[in-house]
Amino acid sequence: MSKRKSIVPESDAATLAGVASGDAGSLEGLYRDYFPMILNMVVQNNGTEEEAKDVFQEAVIVLYDNVKRRDFELTSRLKTYIYSVCRRLWLKQLGSKNRAFRDVAAYEDVIVVEEDLALHEEKDLQFTLMEHALDDLGEPCRTIIHDFYISNLSMQEICEKFGYTNSDNAKTQKYKCLQRLKKLFFSATK
Amino acid sequence: MDRMNEQEFIKQVDRYLNGEMEGAERAAFELHCRENTAAAEQLATHRLFLLQLKEHAHRVAFKHTLAAAAERYHAGGGSAVERTEPLIVTLWNKFKVNSLVAASVAILAVFSTLWLSGYYKAIEKTSTNYSALRRDMNDVKKNVNAQNAVIRNINSGKPRDDRSVGSFGGTGFVISANGYVVTNYHVVRGADSVHLQNTKGESFRAKVIYIDPTNDLALLRINDSTYAPLKSAPYTFKEAPSELGEDVYTIGYPRDEVVYGQGYLSSRTGYAGDTTAYQISIPVNPGNSGGPVLDSKGNVIGIISGKQTGIDGASFAIKTEALLKSIAEVPQDSLESDLVISKKNALGGLKRTEQVKKIQDYVYLVKVY
Repeated sequence: MSKRKSIVPESDAATLAGVASGDAGSLEGLYRDYFPMILNMVVQNNGTEEEAKDVFQEAVIVLYDNVKRRDFELTSRLKTYIYSVCRRLWLKQLGSKNRAFRDVAAYEDVIVVEEDLALHEEKDLQFTLMEHALDDLGEPCRTIIHDFYISNLSMQEICEKFGYTNSDNAKTQKYKCLQRLKKLFFSATK
Repeated sequence: MDRMNEQEFIKQVDRYLNGEMEGAERAAFELHCRENTAAAEQLATHRLFLLQLKEHAHRVAFKHTLAAAAERYHAGGGSAVERTEPLIVTLWNKFKVNSLVAASVAILAVFSTLWLSGYYKAIEKTSTNYSALRRDMNDVKKNVNAQNAVIRNINSGKPRDDRSVGSFGGTGFVISANGYVVTNYHVVRGADSVHLQNTKGESFRAKVIYIDPTNDLALLRINDSTYAPLKSAPYTFKEAPSELGEDVYTIGYPRDEVVYGQGYLSSRTGYAGDTTAYQISIPVNPGNSGGPVLDSKGNVIGIISGKQTGIDGASFAIKTEALLKSIAEVPQDSLESDLVISKKNALGGLKRTEQVKKIQDYVYLVKVY
């Protein structure tokens, strides 16, 4: 594809950065700016307010998944992007429930978002697998893994937190937990 | 690799990935991984797994933040379902401006058409039956005169005289022999110039020196070197109210010749109860306006001003009383010489024909251009 000129306004770029870093203010801004539009679209097409909330939330996660991608570039206004994603998501949901969709003609511009949705689905799958694996792992393994790898606590701190008598015990425990988690995760993937 | 070794290796990988290894140790570890394919594979897998683990954690955190943000937003009441208005309301909102513009254009069109077609003038006309007796020398006559002049010029070969034809005509009579003449205001209204013509056909330039639109009166002064002042007027002015049935007559110029008209005083008030005027029964026509109304003794009792359309014999004359009152208002500064109103009546006892013969020299055809 040829080089595209960036047509993304400053404010949209700022919002995207906020979404990538999980900034609560930016997320609330998204709701304020775009949720009424989505609510309208869903409600006018056989949906309820609750369903609109779900669709919008998922759309924001789609946005998040894609913003995290290194080569992501918005090719339209953020408004159009969000509307397109939500429309696609809602169509899919309606299709699975055999309900009619009568989108108001030319309600908003629509762009193709299939790739972005595919990426999101893949991430979602991995997320679900990891979630299951972590669930199956159970406590205290889960917390130990989280503390060590995500919160970056030292073994000494973990030792104290869980009351292990010495850090070697803790290290062994951590290793066992990790091996189990890997096993659970990879066996589910295969 | 046995279990202890694997555990040790993972520990090293963690340190390596966290950037806790320094210099020689790091180089040794990297060398070990390059040489040992099993170790390299384990390193890659572990790295990838940790990446996924972290991604998962971030996603969880993000979902948390998102849920919180959504809750705050929805709690803020910003989620009210937008009203879907009925089609007719939507259309109205959309075309409101257009329809208002269309309506005002329509109104404008209606009234401007009525105005252009003279509807309002017709209303005004029908709402008053009063008709001022100013003679309109119409275009046809003007054209005929012009043509006659051209024909005369061809026949006689004389250079064409540049005297233009008057647009309106009326009557005026001398109030003071040193050149002051009264007529109706409506006769000289909008005049560019005023000329007075006597029964002999002599024409004098005159100037409007005072107007009184309320009483429909105007005072002219003859302003011409060829004018020879007359002897004082033979008639006097009678301010006292005249009686009903009084025999009255007038002299005027409903056409280019002087015309005598006779009748009687039929009412002490004028049009619509106007107390400053009489109703008289004399056949008058456009051009009679401004003519004097005299009684049998030769007293001027009024000045012809108009008639009621649609009613026979209902003519109106402004009373002498109003005339003199109005004349008295004339600022002395605007007069070149004093108004000398004749006090001596030279007509008493004379026959009507004699009276008229004496009076007619003092009555002028007022031509307005």
